[in-house]
Amino acid sequence: MTSGTRPGRLRHAEHVMGTVVSFDVPDWAGPRSADDAALGRAVRWLHWVDATFSPYRDDSEVSRLGRGSLALADCAPELAEVLSACADVSARSGGYFTTTPGGRFDPSGYVKGWAIERAAAVLTAAGSAAHSVNGGGDIQCVGDRGSGQPWRVGIAHPLRPGSLALVVCGRDFAVATSGLAERGPHIINPHTGQPATGLASITVVGAGLAAADAYATAAFAMGSAGARDWLETVAGYEAFAITPSGSAWQTSGFRAYLG
Amino acid sequence: MRRVILAVTGTIAGLVALLSFKSHAPALSAATTSGTGSGSSASSSSSVPGEFPTGSEATDLPKDEAAITGQVANTVYGPVQVQLIARDSKIVKVAILQQPTNTIHDIQIGQFAFPRLISETLAAQSAKIDAVSGASYTSAGYIASLQSALDHGL
Repeated sequence: MTSGTRPGRLRHAEHVMGTVVSFDVPDWAGPRSADDAALGRAVRWLHWVDATFSPYRDDSEVSRLGRGSLALADCAPELAEVLSACADVSARSGGYFTTTPGGRFDPSGYVKGWAIERAAAVLTAAGSAAHSVNGGGDIQCVGDRGSGQPWRVGIAHPLRPGSLALVVCGRDFAVATSGLAERGPHIINPHTGQPATGLASITVVGAGLAAADAYATAAFAMGSAGARDWLETVAGYEAFAITPSGSAWQTSGFRAYLG
Repeated sequence: MRRVILAVTGTIAGLVALLSFKSHAPALSAATTSGTGSGSSASSSSSVPGEFPTGSEATDLPKDEAAITGQVANTVYGPVQVQLIARDSKIVKVAILQQPTNTIHDIQIGQFAFPRLISETLAAQSAKIDAVSGASYTSAGYIASLQSALDHGL
């Protein structure tokens, strides 16, 4: 897809996992295209995750595991890793996070954030000290944006398309937002089986995107009051939410991320 | 019909990025200097190098603003043309001068996708953001998204 813009800064947008994953490396020393070994590895990782974990592909390991035609022991080890992490988030959230949101096995609520966080780690392992990876609105930032300045991530306003609700700033942090998408399935409250409607959007910030994304999904399913109470108890992660009526709240430690 | 929206909004995202000041800072600063110095703001954009010919649409601008009109992009759906108004090396307004209006879908693009992208572009520039977090967009939805404009070097 698109690669490269200004000298020194690498931007790459990859269509994968049903969305677009945007790479931004402010101080890029390598070639300015996906031919680069490090970026290529990160991109191949995302496509491997898509092929392995997509519930929309009949031949993915997730689909075969869900049908019972493949044993967990015969799957890639990442399957067990993801299942274990999902069980952990489900337990922490009082069952508001589930791997069977639509009645069948689908760990997508964890996989995307986890895959993006891991893609960012691929670049780190290749020697990049600063980069961000944005998977369809969920972002892992590594290092800073350059010159010691923190990354600046705009939070799209869920009720006013085209407007930003606020900007969060940070270094080595992740930003995940769950919300009422313009189209597509709503997040289901596992306890009622009905789409969650108590929030317009909720943004969770913290060190890692895998956790932030899963917490945002669980919190969205809880609704406004439940999400706020729960997230106050989650160490290392803070949240900002907007309700369908347009009112907003944030957890007590969220201020640290405001510019 | 999604492909129509994809193609045209993709073009606009590209045009906005192409014309944005970061990609062509010398051209824009020349226009701004001329606008503030000569006091002839309506003609200020004529000093912009040839790649940005001035359109007749340049409006009666304040003295500290300059207009930059993009070339007409002939997409398969019809001509698209963008004009930027800049002040102090910042884009303060984006106008769509020409866009396809042949079908209901073209009109929908004009009423929804263009204004939204313009609004997002201006918001992103003023907020100096690196990325956008929001409810997940699809691969198709990305094309008209602010993140798309950022990826194009906004």
